[in-house]
Amino acid sequence: MGVMKLSKTLFQNLFRKPDTKMYPVIQREYTERTKGHIGIDIENCLFCGMCARKCPCHAITVDRNSKTWSISRMQCIMCRCCVGYCPKHCLTMENTYTPPSTTKVVDTFTFVPPPAEEAPAETPAAE
Amino acid sequence: MGKRTVIPFGPQHPVLPEPVHLDLVLEDETVVEAIPSIGFIHRGLEKLVELREYPEMVFVAERICGICSFGHSWGYCHAVEGLMNIEVPERAEYLRTIWHELGRVHSHLLWLGLLADSFGFESLFMQCWRLRETVLDLFEKTTGGRVIFSVSRVGGVLYDMDADTLAEMVRTLRGMEPEIRRICQVFADDASVRNRLCGVGVLSKEDAYALGAVGPTARGSGVAIDMRMTCHGKYQELGFEPIVETAGDCWARTQVRVREIYQSIDLIEKAVERIPEGEIAVPVKGNLPENACFLARVEQPRGEAVYYVKSSKATKFLERFRVRTPTCANLPALVKMLGGCDLADVPVIVLSIDPCISCTER
Amino acid sequence: MYPEQHFTDISADALVDRVTEKKEQGYRLVQICCTNVAEGFELLYTFEKDLTAECLRLTCPKDTEIQSVSGVFWPAFLYENEMKDLFGVKIKHIVLDYGGNFFRLTQKTPWNPQPAAEGEVE
Repeated sequence: MGVMKLSKTLFQNLFRKPDTKMYPVIQREYTERTKGHIGIDIENCLFCGMCARKCPCHAITVDRNSKTWSISRMQCIMCRCCVGYCPKHCLTMENTYTPPSTTKVVDTFTFVPPPAEEAPAETPAAE
Repeated sequence: MGKRTVIPFGPQHPVLPEPVHLDLVLEDETVVEAIPSIGFIHRGLEKLVELREYPEMVFVAERICGICSFGHSWGYCHAVEGLMNIEVPERAEYLRTIWHELGRVHSHLLWLGLLADSFGFESLFMQCWRLRETVLDLFEKTTGGRVIFSVSRVGGVLYDMDADTLAEMVRTLRGMEPEIRRICQVFADDASVRNRLCGVGVLSKEDAYALGAVGPTARGSGVAIDMRMTCHGKYQELGFEPIVETAGDCWARTQVRVREIYQSIDLIEKAVERIPEGEIAVPVKGNLPENACFLARVEQPRGEAVYYVKSSKATKFLERFRVRTPTCANLPALVKMLGGCDLADVPVIVLSIDPCISCTER
Repeated sequence: MYPEQHFTDISADALVDRVTEKKEQGYRLVQICCTNVAEGFELLYTFEKDLTAECLRLTCPKDTEIQSVSGVFWPAFLYENEMKDLFGVKIKHIVLDYGGNFFRLTQKTPWNPQPAAEGEVE
């Protein structure tokens, strides 16, 4: 049995830099695989609704008619289920977090056809 | 001989991260009887299996507990793979073993910190959690999440780790080891720590076996029960031997966990040396078999967890998914330990089984 | 690769005898769980010895009264109270009976809703 067993560690801590970061000043580095938020490349989306059906927490809503894809950010559990099931691989897991909020944020993405190719873009959709 | 008093302990108590309630029957300062009651955070996750297809249920299973999250997802996958008789690739099993052991290091460091906090050694608590942060960074780098990984899938794992990442993981853990040893020396030798832990909450070997204690609680009492001795994961190839202490008090349970941290680092190093090249997942398609059931047992950081899955129809939905978590098995042992202890030792004893109540109630 | 599964079907009358037999053979209790099946309830009693799990499976209609095994294996009281609260399994003579207050639930027996049982309460 001894006393003051932690003293060596404590003395070292006096002379080393802190393990914590001054957060808003020094930004945290995210790794490549960090689960931040789901991003969508709306240009490629087929609006098939596979992601919405497979989502374990029903966070995603897809509307084929109005060409919108929306995600409830607070409901999403970052399981990457939708990313895996997307047939067009247009969903991605981004490594940055969404900003904190006091309300339940729903992000909606709408597919807007590029104006120059308006006529050809609408024809396949109608078929 | 004093008059009997009943003192309620919990559900909100400074040492308890989660709500468990104990009715302590006291005679003067001595506890004569303890009646546990839980049920404050029942979420009904098991029932969700009827509404989620089996590949998606793994995310729900993982969220049963925030500390043994990898173990729960592995346990669920192991049970469903056993039910469907899927041959999981070797590399996937090795990767799961590595992540599971990494999870054990993080869970035990967290618990050591909480234990230090329970007897008022705040700076030791901070030091343990500082070390744990390195492990969480390793997790974030390899899986993307700090405590919830979503990396285990039915049939394999989602991500691979390349040789450099694996080597760096071992290097980081080996670099941490001297610091862990220095901190754990305090748990082993320091007078103030030993005064609070030695001879407190003694559980005999016979009681530990008969009351169904699992994990470090059982092994601290000399019962060599560890599910890693059975065929889950790659532990047999890695030459796993359970760590056993015989004293049966809080100090012995602490020492089991301390030694398990070093053992986990050794196991990770061995697994990294032996990991074969190959696939990391097999595609799992189709429905579940009819009228089949499977019972899988996985060693979590807190002890053995039992997963029972049953499917009756050839659909994508399981009929029943049942988890028996380690804390549930350790509660009767805790009640036994509390009989005859001092009121001041109750928080330390409760913490020494590493209670996870949200696991228990699911 | 996968552990061998041992499931034995038993009847409700023989339950306590079979469980006592397991105790005498040196087994310890691992878990008890309940499943809703077409015939009523399926109760699964899991025991362990030398790292091998063995299960006793009992299938019975929902109104069968089942004798508690907590007299043989004391830790069984946790699982039996849980089944009683969540499924409404009629288990009698539990050593430590919480009387339906083990889980704090807004609805009686949520995993096996019984309109008749609600009428009795009122």
